[in-house]
Amino acid sequence: MGRARVALVDYGGGNLRSVAKSLERSGLDVELASEASVIDRADGIVLPGAGAFADGMAGLRRNQLDEALLKALEAGRPYLGLCLGVQLLFEQGEEHGLTNGLGLVKGQVQRFADVDSEGHRRRVPHIGWNEVRFSGGHPMLEHLPERDFFYFVHSYRPVPADERVVVGRTQYGDEFASAIAQDSIFAVQFHPEKSQHAGFRLLNAYCSWVESSR
Amino acid sequence: MLLKRIIPCLDVDQGRVVKGVRYVDHVDCGDPVQVAQVYEEQEADEITFLDITASHEERGILLDVVSRTAETVFMPLTVGGGVRSLQDIRDLLNAGADKVSIMTAAVNDPDLVPEAAVKIGSANLVLAIDARAVRDASGHPVEGRWEVCTHGGRRPTGLDAVDWAAHNAEAGAGEILLTSMDRDGTKSGYDLGLLRAVSERVSIPVIASGGGGSAADLAAALGEGPEEGCAQAALAASIFHFGETTVAAVKEELAARGIAVRPPSGRLSSSNSD
Repeated sequence: MGRARVALVDYGGGNLRSVAKSLERSGLDVELASEASVIDRADGIVLPGAGAFADGMAGLRRNQLDEALLKALEAGRPYLGLCLGVQLLFEQGEEHGLTNGLGLVKGQVQRFADVDSEGHRRRVPHIGWNEVRFSGGHPMLEHLPERDFFYFVHSYRPVPADERVVVGRTQYGDEFASAIAQDSIFAVQFHPEKSQHAGFRLLNAYCSWVESSR
Repeated sequence: MLLKRIIPCLDVDQGRVVKGVRYVDHVDCGDPVQVAQVYEEQEADEITFLDITASHEERGILLDVVSRTAETVFMPLTVGGGVRSLQDIRDLLNAGADKVSIMTAAVNDPDLVPEAAVKIGSANLVLAIDARAVRDASGHPVEGRWEVCTHGGRRPTGLDAVDWAAHNAEAGAGEILLTSMDRDGTKSGYDLGLLRAVSERVSIPVIASGGGGSAADLAAALGEGPEEGCAQAALAASIFHFGETTVAAVKEELAARGIAVRPPSGRLSSSNSD
């Protein structure tokens, strides 16, 4: 068997160069997917993204990428979501008005409040390196340290309805869900492709997961 | 806990690094991509390219540098200089920049920041401010007043720097890159009063720039004490480019001074592809 191949979903969310290069360096073949057929034949699916929630959903629906994505997830093929790629999994996002997401994970995507629960000012966006504490039973976590620093740049974050999907937690004023896992989904609010060594640890773990799921 | 960031900054003209970057072994110090790789080795937290190419017609050269950097360096990249329009911002992000910083265009076109914030998102939009202390008739700086300048500090705009920062934070900028033109190039320390005034006024992150000459200067800019700068990140150029110190050494000293910075993260785990 050759290298596992992942579909890197291109839904108009901007630059995919860093994500593609870092996945290749982690041992995966990468095919850009702007149409459903590429997703259909991939061993794994990576949904990257920067930009606004509503634009992201519109981009996924335009070429029926969302349907191909659901089909791949039903088949149990490993999904890695990055930044907007975690947010779009949820039921609803509130960026520039309420927009329905894919609804695969129960919960909302909400903006950080400008003060935390103790009344301290919180600067939004959350930009920079912050610690993620991993816990839970996902196969990727076997390859990851308990704590690692990753690069974040975002104003909105997922708020899952069910605490059991949370596999990574980060403190920014209050604690928020920085990584979630459910069935064949593993998705993170940060940018492993911009997180140097820590990022490659995570992408290598994804590569192992894709290979073992083939 | 969110860590304080150290950001080396490269001035780039027609695709080449200017202000001689001198230190690095076996590296073409004129090539921004190779210099960025060196800073990645040192685990800088981000890198910033400031394009000073006079002619807008040569924009393609910068875009090429950005895309080659995004392919080889896996750290956050901010690009600024000569950004005039929404299309310029889009082009840089599509080439691989993570954040784009705008300065003069925000002064000339009041709609640019709010429009970019909606179409592109605040998180990737940096407002750069070059600020100079306002002086009285006898040439003494007036306490608590700084003016926004453009054209490398030569052209005053009449805008109050603190108000301008607050206005743009409200309009949708995601971060302020705040340069003291009085301190820039002097290595005499950041303008802590300016940093504190802007940090208190806005609730977006502030990057300190201009005057960083030592780890102690960076510590003062990043510290949260009543006399310190309260910045979330510090940008520096010459102390790194001339090999006076490394990012790693500065971080070690900052940590010893109680500033929370990212510890060395260990070698890249071996990839299957190499």
